[in-house]
Parts: sequence; structure tokens; C-alpha cells
Amino acid sequence: MTLRAAALAGLGTGVRRPPLALLALALAAALVAAIPLVYLLVRVGTSAPAEIAAILSRPRIPQLLLNTGQLVVSVTAATLVIGVASAVLLVRARLRARGLWVVLAALPLAVPSYLAAFGWLAVYPAMQGFWGSFFLLTIVCTPYVTLPVAAALRGGTTGLDDVARTFGYGPWRAFWLGSWPQIRPAALAGSLLVALYVLSEFGAVALMRYPVLTTAIQQAYGSSFNRNYAAILAVVLVVLAILIMFGERSARGRARRESGAVSGAPQSRTVALGAWAIPGYLLLVAVPFCAVAVPLAALFSRLVQAETLRELDLLALGQAALNTVLLALIGALIAVLLALPIAVLAARYRGRLVRWIESVGHLSLGLPGIVVGLSLVFFSLSVAPGLYQTVFVLAFAYGVLFMPKAIGAIRSSVAQVPTSLEEVARTLGHSRWQAWWHVTARLARPGIAAGALLTAVAAMKELPATLLLRPTGTSTLATELWARTDVSAYGAAAPYAAALVLLAAVPAFLLSGVRRARLDEVPS
Amino acid sequence: MRVPLVIATGTAVLALALSGCATPATSTDQTAGSDGELTFYAGRDEALIAPLLEQFTEATGIEVNARYASSSELNALLLEEGENTPAEVFLSQDAGALGSLSNAGLLSTLPSDLAAVIPAGFTSEDGSWLGVTGRARVIAYDSQTVAKADVPTAIAELAKPEYSGKVAFAPSNASMQAFVTAMRVLDGEQAAEAWVKAVSENDPVLTQKNGETLDLVNSGTVPFGLINHYYWFEDAAELGQEAMRAQLAFLPGDAGGIVNVTGAGILAGAEGDADALAFLEYLVSEDAQRYFAEQTFEYPLLPGIDAPEGLPALHDLVNPRLDLSDLDSLAESQELLAKYGLL
Repeated sequence: MTLRAAALAGLGTGVRRPPLALLALALAAALVAAIPLVYLLVRVGTSAPAEIAAILSRPRIPQLLLNTGQLVVSVTAATLVIGVASAVLLVRARLRARGLWVVLAALPLAVPSYLAAFGWLAVYPAMQGFWGSFFLLTIVCTPYVTLPVAAALRGGTTGLDDVARTFGYGPWRAFWLGSWPQIRPAALAGSLLVALYVLSEFGAVALMRYPVLTTAIQQAYGSSFNRNYAAILAVVLVVLAILIMFGERSARGRARRESGAVSGAPQSRTVALGAWAIPGYLLLVAVPFCAVAVPLAALFSRLVQAETLRELDLLALGQAALNTVLLALIGALIAVLLALPIAVLAARYRGRLVRWIESVGHLSLGLPGIVVGLSLVFFSLSVAPGLYQTVFVLAFAYGVLFMPKAIGAIRSSVAQVPTSLEEVARTLGHSRWQAWWHVTARLARPGIAAGALLTAVAAMKELPATLLLRPTGTSTLATELWARTDVSAYGAAAPYAAALVLLAAVPAFLLSGVRRARLDEVPS
Repeated sequence: MRVPLVIATGTAVLALALSGCATPATSTDQTAGSDGELTFYAGRDEALIAPLLEQFTEATGIEVNARYASSSELNALLLEEGENTPAEVFLSQDAGALGSLSNAGLLSTLPSDLAAVIPAGFTSEDGSWLGVTGRARVIAYDSQTVAKADVPTAIAELAKPEYSGKVAFAPSNASMQAFVTAMRVLDGEQAAEAWVKAVSENDPVLTQKNGETLDLVNSGTVPFGLINHYYWFEDAAELGQEAMRAQLAFLPGDAGGIVNVTGAGILAGAEGDADALAFLEYLVSEDAQRYFAEQTFEYPLLPGIDAPEGLPALHDLVNPRLDLSDLDSLAESQELLAKYGLL
């Protein structure tokens, strides 16, 4: 009774203490997410301080840091601009065949960055360096901003823009004052995913021969077998990831207060594009064309040209596709279960501990797959050797790797459910859990589903951790693709590339929000 | 929410049933005898190794569970697994990975009669691993912009200013590092350091791996690339010989033209395992050695098997002043490359 009174008294102030059970679950999930970090600290701990100093003072380190930073900042900025512009076009502009454009905007999610790089290299072998990496990562990462911003716009209102216009502001200024505060949290969450993705990305930058920290880590495993060197570089990556997360959080904190005034039923006006039609459609077609059409077309033209066209083993292709789907589903389930307590905690409560838990939950996204993979080799052999090299550990790895993607989606959807609804359910005699289950979980279901889909699509494309952790003899589409691109057999790789993109396009399609967009158009 | 949960749990069960691999390999504690099963880590391409395994199973009845990844990833994996590894045999792209496992005490010593099948100089000195095939370092050049006569016959020349921005190589590649080691042994530490320094200041085109280096030469992006010889033949098989703009120059007697080997070892936990021994014997059998020569254009190491057509004879390339065991100081070569910003 006193607890409930205290909860009601603290209504809306954001200083309530989280329930212990939730805190315990979130802490447990954060501990799971911290496995790679613990592993790295164990590895680095075996190095002498002098060795660490010698490694950090290698002449190549400043260059690697600079390159990594440049790429993270530039790709994040570019995806933010292109993603927000695309989302505004998709939701606010009067488009022909809007559903098609909405799906196309999500499709690049289905393309692994290394596949995009292979395809573009087949067309332009000279493509390389910073600009090549910048281009490839921008086109494959843009949906991470477009999708959440489009969703926020759909749930938002143009009413505030109208108010601003009545005060005499121009349309751009009115958008900035009226709509931007509504989409800012979504844009920031998307940008965080992009920044961490770029930080940990290996495949495309390696093919572009742009030296960054991840390529140096892979090289360290590949050449010197010096695991300490690799671990020290990975710790540098962790530090960068933490800096990025602090940046996002301080920006988000301000955004939250600004958007506090938005209320009322979502209602959006669409505008005719007029003179902006051609550049508008060009923007919408450019990203999916570059990220999906060009790489696939290039690989298929190689398929036709290749002299040693190996017989396509349809059974093996089907088995790999099935494995890919099943592993991705289990991985998504684990990721969502891990992400839920952290996301709910972060959406509902504040404080140093909450911030800390949420940050740890995001860590693995800033680490290359090989580091997370090796940490789980280490972890499963020391904790559950019987499960080593089973689908459980691999799916668990997907869960650890991609739970940050689920955290963001679930957190924002839970945050949108007014706490007052839960409190009404409590006053009607429901327990805390019942209230949460019947009210919050139900209303936040789209966000939870989006988190699961984002995880599933990422798991389908994952390669380095899959290679290390898969059961011996089990293959996925990504590993089969890897086996065929390693010997320059682009032609033989094409069917696997197509199957992977096709499969990953299913969650991408569901994520695009095209079904919801259609529903919006039907007058209720 | 309830329905998706049921579906997901169902798929979890289904996945286990389908993959059929839920039980981890447990054969590591068997020190001798044959259980008719072999867990094999293959650091080479699946398309290359899988047919060989089929032949092996057909001939011996031993089932092979093969795990494919790059040699370096498997090496990192084996070091991480330590004594708990389910692997019994490891086949590596390069001798360096086997050396690092041997140094970590993770490889068993092979029976001396097996170790003696491959001539000294192409296999480990202490019997910790067995050489399987040989590959030569070569210069790949762009035949459309460089005349054959103008290709340097010594790699030292590529450090000259006239080659600025014209040479591609993969500094992290183990064969490349083995070449740097050979240069240190053959030409002396000072000469090697001077070469690395000059090349690093010569605007080199750095790649991740040999195949990429060859692609750059073949597309006319870079006139010279330092690679292993068989990459050219693999590309030629994929694209057709006439499509090969890049051509190869062998460098007999030069540090830049040394011969490296691939090899296989038995993990310490599987010491004396009959299946593992049978597999290693098979790798150096006439059938397997011919298969490697025909499929990968590498040099067979078993005496009496002919080298692939169109290649200089192996003994012409082997440097009498260099022993394979001289190349184990890989760490110093890496330090040297790191010192000049190449690693």
C-alpha cells in the first residue's frame, strides 16, 4: 500500500526508484552484454604496462584513430541528412505509389556491407579509400535513420508547423520549430546505431583498403597471432563507443524536454512536391539503387560471365537458407528478451545506474564481430563447455551482438506509452506485472516487433562471429557467400547473395512500416 | 505476444533437430584408436577441400566434420580454445599459424616415419606439423603497361623512387611477412630495414590480402603487385586465361621469390589418434598431392609428383642459402613493418 502511494506520489517526476525485480533483470542483461568487455580486460590484463604503451605508441595508431573518427562522423552526418530528408518525403509528401517507395527505403537493410562492396568493386575496381568506404556505409546505413524518423513523423503532427507558419515563419523554419523536436529522439537513436555500426564495421572498409581500427584488429589476429595487440585496439574501440553514447545521451536529454509539449492525436498534412518532385524522387531512388540494384546486378553479370560456372547445389542452398532463418529467429528472440528489461528501465527511470546499464547494453554494437565471437568462445568454454559450438551459443552470440538494436526500438515505444495508463490499471486492482503486460507491453508491441526484426535482419547478415561459433559442418547463407567470394569466384557467389538479400528483405519489408502506412490512409 | 513466443520456442527446438549438431565433439580425450570420426579445422577454401574429404571418406570410411574459416581466424580460435578444442587436425594456409600453435604447446609431435615423408626444408624441423604444398612469391605485373623485360628481377629494385605509388602488397599477409623475414636472413637486417623504410616512403598501395592485390594489377589500377603464384591461376580458372591482364614474374634466388609451404598438424589432445594420422597420411599421398597440383596449381611436396604445367621447377626456386626454419622469426618482421607504419 505504501509502495503504491509512493509510486503515485512520484508520478511523472522521473525520480521514482525502479522496482527491484526489473532492476535485477536489467542488471543480468547488462552483465551478459558485458561479456565481451570482461574478456577484453582479461586479455589486456595479461599484458605488461610497457607492452601496452609500446603498442599504443606505434606510429600507425594516430592514423587509425583519425581514419576511424572521420568515417564515423562523416557517415553519421550523411545518413542523418539523407535519412531525415527521405523520411519527410515518405510521410509528408504526396507521392505516387507511396507504398513502393516506403519498401524501397528499407531494402538496403537487407544488403550486408561486404556484399555491397563486392558488387561495387566488380563494377568499379578502382573504388577505394575513404570516399569508397564513406559511400558504401552511407548507402547501407541510411535506413537506420529513415525508418525510425518516418515512424516518428507518422505518429506526430504537422499542427505545430502550422502554428509556426501563423507566426510568419517560412516552411523550413516552421519544420525546424514544429516537427524537428518530434523526430529528434528518433533521429538521434538512428544516428547512434549508424555511428556504432561504422565503428565496428569491417567488411566494406577492408575491401576499400581504408585502414581503421577494426581492420587493424582483424590484421592483428591474422598476422601476429598477438591477441594482446588485438585486445588493446578493441579496448580503444570500446572507449570510442562510450564517447559516442555519451554524445547521443546528452543530445537526447535535451530533446526529451523540448518535445514534452507535443500531444494530441497524430494528424499529418501531406504537401504536393511541385518543383521539388524530380530531386525528391531522385533522392528516394538513389539509395536503394546504389545499395541493392547495383551490387546484385554486378554479381549476376559475373554469374553469366564466369567460365567455371559451378553447378548450383540447390539442396545446400536451401539448407543454408533454412539455417540462416532459424538462427536469426532464435537470435532475435534472445536479443529481445535481453533488451526488454534494459529498454523498459531506460524508458521509465533515470539515474546514474540506469544510464550505466543502458550504456553497457549498447557496448557490443561498437565491437567487431570477431571480438564478440572470441569472447563467447572464451565464455562458453569456461561456463558451459557442453554447449560450445552448438546453435545455442551462436544464437546467444547474435543476441549479445544485436541487443542494442532492440533496446533502441523498444525503449522509444515504451516511452510513448503514458505511465498514467499503467497507473489506471493498477488502481483497478491489477498487479504491477499484470498492468505492465496488459497495457504497456500491448501498446509497445510495434516497437518490440521492430526490435526483433532489426535483430533478425542483422543476424542473417552476420559473418565473423558466425564463422567462429557455428556448429562444425553447419553453414548459413553468409558463410557460404564468404566461401565463394574468398577465391574471387564472384560468379558462384551470386545465387547465395541473392538468397541472402531476398530473405533479409522480408524483415526489412516488415520494418519499412508500409503496412502501417497503408492503414493510416484508410479512414477509420 | 504469446503466439510469437510459442513459434520462436518451436523454431528453437526445430533448429536443434535440423542442424543435428547439438552434441559437441567429444573425441579429444581419446588418445589412441579410431572412432571413425574426425573433427577437422580447415584454413583453406571449402570448394577446394570438400572434394578431397569425400575421397578420403570413401577410401577409409572415416567421417570428417570439417569447419571452414580463414587460417588466421582458426588460429585465433584454436589459441582461445586451448586444450578444450574439439579439433583433431588443423590444415593451415601458412606455416606461421602452425608455428604459433606449436609454440603454445597445442600441437602433438608426429611419428617420425610420417614426418619423414616430406623432404627436410619443406616441413617442420621438430615434427610438430607436416608440409603439404608449396607456393612461390612472385611479382604480378600489368602486361598492358609494363614490358616483360622491364620487370625487376630483384625485389630490392621496387624500393626505388621510380616505383613510387606503383607497388601493391598486403603487409598483414603471412607469406608477405615470410618474404620480409627471408630478406632479413639473406640480405641482412640493415638491408631489410632500409628496404622496408624505402618502400613505406614510396607511397605503397596496401591491401588486406593477396587476391585483392592481384585484382588491382589485373584491372590496371596498380602496375606491380607482390603475391603468391597460385592466385593468378585461380583467377585464370575463374575468368579465363585470355582475360588475365596481369602476368607473373618468378624471382629465382631472390628473397622476393622464396617458396612458402602450407601444412597440417595434429592437435595435442588428439595425439596418436588413428583417424587423424590417417588423414595426414592422406594429405601427403600421391592422390591428394596430384589433386592440389591440378586444382590449386601449388607445388606438390611429395617427391616424384610433377609440378603443375607452366611453372618453373621447384628446385630452381628454392634458395640453398635459406632454410624454412630460418623463417620463424616472424615477430621481428612484424615489428619492422609496424615501425614504418605498414602494420
